[in-house]
Amino acid sequence: MKLLLKGARVIDPAGNLDAPMDVLVEDGKIAGCRPGIKAPPGANVLDLAGMIVAPGLIDMHTHLREPGYEYRETIASGSAAAVAGGFTSIACMPNTRPVNDNRSVTEFILRKAAVANLANIYPIGAISMGSDGKQMTEFWDLREAGIVALSDDGNPVMDAALMRRAMEYASSLDLPVIQHCEDRNLSAGGLMNEGYPSTILGMPGIPAIAEEVIVARDILIAEYTGTRIHFAHISTSGSVRLIRDAKKRGLRVTAETAPHYFTLTDESLWNYDTNYKVSPPLRGKADVSAIKEGLADGTLDAIACDHAPHGRTDKEVEFEYAANGISGLETSLGLSLNLVHEGVLTWPELIAKMSCNPARILNLPKGTLAKGADADITVIHPELAWSVDAGAFRSLGKNSPFSGRKLKGRAVLSIVGGDIKYDGLASKP
Amino acid sequence: MIKLGKKDILGIQEMTTDEISLILETAESFLEISTREIKKVPTLRGKSVINLFYEASTRTRTSFEIAGKRLSADTINISASTSSVVKGETLLDTARTLEAMNPDIIVLRHSAAGAPHLLARMVSQSIINAGDGAHEHPSQALLDMMTIKEKKGRIAGLKVAIVGDILHSRVARSNIYGLTKMGARVVVAGPATMMPRDIERMGVKAYTKIEEAIADADVVMMLRIQMERQKQNVFPSLREYAQHYCLSRRHMKLTGLDAIVMHPGPINRGVEISPDIADDPGCSVILDQVNKGVAVRMAMLYLLSGGNE
Repeated sequence: MKLLLKGARVIDPAGNLDAPMDVLVEDGKIAGCRPGIKAPPGANVLDLAGMIVAPGLIDMHTHLREPGYEYRETIASGSAAAVAGGFTSIACMPNTRPVNDNRSVTEFILRKAAVANLANIYPIGAISMGSDGKQMTEFWDLREAGIVALSDDGNPVMDAALMRRAMEYASSLDLPVIQHCEDRNLSAGGLMNEGYPSTILGMPGIPAIAEEVIVARDILIAEYTGTRIHFAHISTSGSVRLIRDAKKRGLRVTAETAPHYFTLTDESLWNYDTNYKVSPPLRGKADVSAIKEGLADGTLDAIACDHAPHGRTDKEVEFEYAANGISGLETSLGLSLNLVHEGVLTWPELIAKMSCNPARILNLPKGTLAKGADADITVIHPELAWSVDAGAFRSLGKNSPFSGRKLKGRAVLSIVGGDIKYDGLASKP
Repeated sequence: MIKLGKKDILGIQEMTTDEISLILETAESFLEISTREIKKVPTLRGKSVINLFYEASTRTRTSFEIAGKRLSADTINISASTSSVVKGETLLDTARTLEAMNPDIIVLRHSAAGAPHLLARMVSQSIINAGDGAHEHPSQALLDMMTIKEKKGRIAGLKVAIVGDILHSRVARSNIYGLTKMGARVVVAGPATMMPRDIERMGVKAYTKIEEAIADADVVMMLRIQMERQKQNVFPSLREYAQHYCLSRRHMKLTGLDAIVMHPGPINRGVEISPDIADDPGCSVILDQVNKGVAVRMAMLYLLSGGNE
C-alpha cells in the first residue's frame, strides 16, 4: 500500500521542516519527504494543494471511560472522535472503573484499542491503587503492560511524600509522572474560579492558589530529587510564572494546557450552563492572557484537550451536582488554530505543541515525518470555515460549550500507520 | 402602565428599577388584605402555585403559601431532598412531572445556586426563586426594600449597612442589587473570611469592623450566621463572633438618628443581635419584615400570573 501526498505545505517541527513538498508513504512508514516525488506504480495519489501536512497529532490527556462508564464513551467511540479531530495518537487517563492501576486493565484497554483500530491508544497508569493517594501501584508491571505515564488524573496526589516516592520510583523507569494540580483543602466545595463572577453567581470558589501551591510543591520535589514532572491542564497565570521560572533554572518540568483555558473565562458561567464546568475551572481574563504568553514563550509545551465526555444525565442537573469536563477531541484543533490566526503561535509552533512535544514528554516514537517513522499524518485544511455541532460528534459525549461556535481550519485527513482512518476531504469547499 | 414583562423572577440582578417599583407598589396595595377579617380575595382563583422546597424553610415557605391562599390560588407544598449521593429523581424530572400537571407558578427553594435558572430554561411555568444557594433571594430583598421604604419614607439616599456572613448570603446579594439600584448607599461588614472576593465591584464599600460600617447608617441589616461555617474555619467560635459582630445597644450610638435594625430571620439571639435590640420596637423592624413578606409575595404571584396586563 503506497500513498503519495502531493503539493501540500509540509510542517514537521521535529525535523525543522516547513516547505511545500510531497510525502510518500510505503508499508505504513514515511518513505520520503521532498519536493517532486514521482508516484510509484500503484500508489494512491492525493492532491493536497493548499493543505497542511503535519505529523499525526497527539493528545496526551483524554478520558475514554471504558471500562466502567461506557455510556459516556467507549474506546471505539473515543478513537473515532480522535481521528475525526485530527489525532492519530491519544493517551488515556486511568480514571476508569476499575481504575487502570494494574496490568489487566491496561491490557484490556490495549485489546479494545486494537479492535477499534483507529488511533494509537496509549494508556496512562494510576500512581496509587484506586487513585486514592495511598498505596503505590506496580509501575514496573504497568509499564511492561504498556502504560506510557503515571497519573492519578483528577485526584491530585495530595500526600507530598507519596508524590516524592512516585517521582523517584518512576524516574528509574523513565516514566513521566503527570500531576493534576489542585490542593483539595483549598478547593474544597468549590464549583468555579474564585473571583468576581463567583461572587456574583454565589457559587463557592476555587482559588488560583489551589493549583499554584501544588505546582510550586512539585517543582520543589522535582528539584530536590532530580526527577521530572509533567503538569496537566495548567490554567492560571501564577502557574505559568512558576513553571517558567523552573524551566529557566533548568529543572525537568513540562506542562500542558487545554483549549478552553485560552478560549473561555469564568464570565461564561453567568447562566449556570454546566457545559462550562471543568476542573480546573475556567479562570479570568488575565489568566487567559498568561496562558497564551506561556504557550508563545514555550513555558507550556503541549496542548491537550482533557477530553472528558459525559452523558446527558451527568450534565443536565444543578451546577453543583454536574460532572466536570468538556468533550474536546473534535474541537481541540479548531480552537487551537485560533492561536495561529491571532498570531500567538506560528504554524510550526502549534503543530509542535500538538505532536512532537507530547511525543517527547511521553517518550513516544511519534510526532515526526522523518524517513522510516510510522506514517501517522494529519492533513489540515487551514481555511475551512465550519461550525461546531456537538450533536454530531463521534464522541458519545456531546457536552461542549463550543457548540454553534464558528471556527476556521480543521483536520480533513487522519492517517495512522499509512492507513486513512478519517477522510473529511469530501467536505472540502 | 409598567408591566412585569417576565416569565420568571430569578433575581434582583436582572430587574429594572421600574420593575422593582411596580412590585413594591403592588405589594403596598395588597397590604390591606391581610388586615381584613376575611383575608381572601378571588384574584388568583383557579391558579395553582407549587412551592417546591429542596431546603428546609419555615418562614419563606409559609409566607408564599399564605400569599397564594390570600389570593385564592391553590397552593401545594412539596418538600424534596437534595441528596446527590442517593440517586433519586433529578430536579428536571421532578419539574417535568409537575409541569405535566399544569401548575401556573413553581416557587423553588434550592441549596444549589442556579437551580431556578435551570428550571426556568426547561419548563414552561413561571419560576420564582425563593432562594438559591448563596446566589439570590429576591422576595427577601423586595420585602426588605418595602420595609425600608415604609419606615424611612424612601430608599434613595439612605445608607444601608449589611453585616455578617456576606460570602454565603443570598440575602446580601439580592439586597445589594436592589438597594443600589434604588439609589441607596450600601456598605458591608464582616470578618475577611466572610467577604466574597472583589465584593466592592458590586458597588459597595466593604469593612471588617462593624463600627466603621454602621457609622451614620440609616438601616442596619444583620445576617444570619450558619453554625456549620465554624467547621470550615470561617470563624473560630460563636463566642468570638458575637463579641465583635453582635449588634448591641452601644452600636446604636454610632448609627444615624432613628436607624432601623433588620434581620431576615431566623435570629440567633445574642449572636447577630442582642435580645434587647431585637425586641426594641424603637429600632427593630424584624416583624414588619415578616408582615411585608406576605404582601410582596402576593404581588410577585399576582404579577407573574398576568396581573396588571
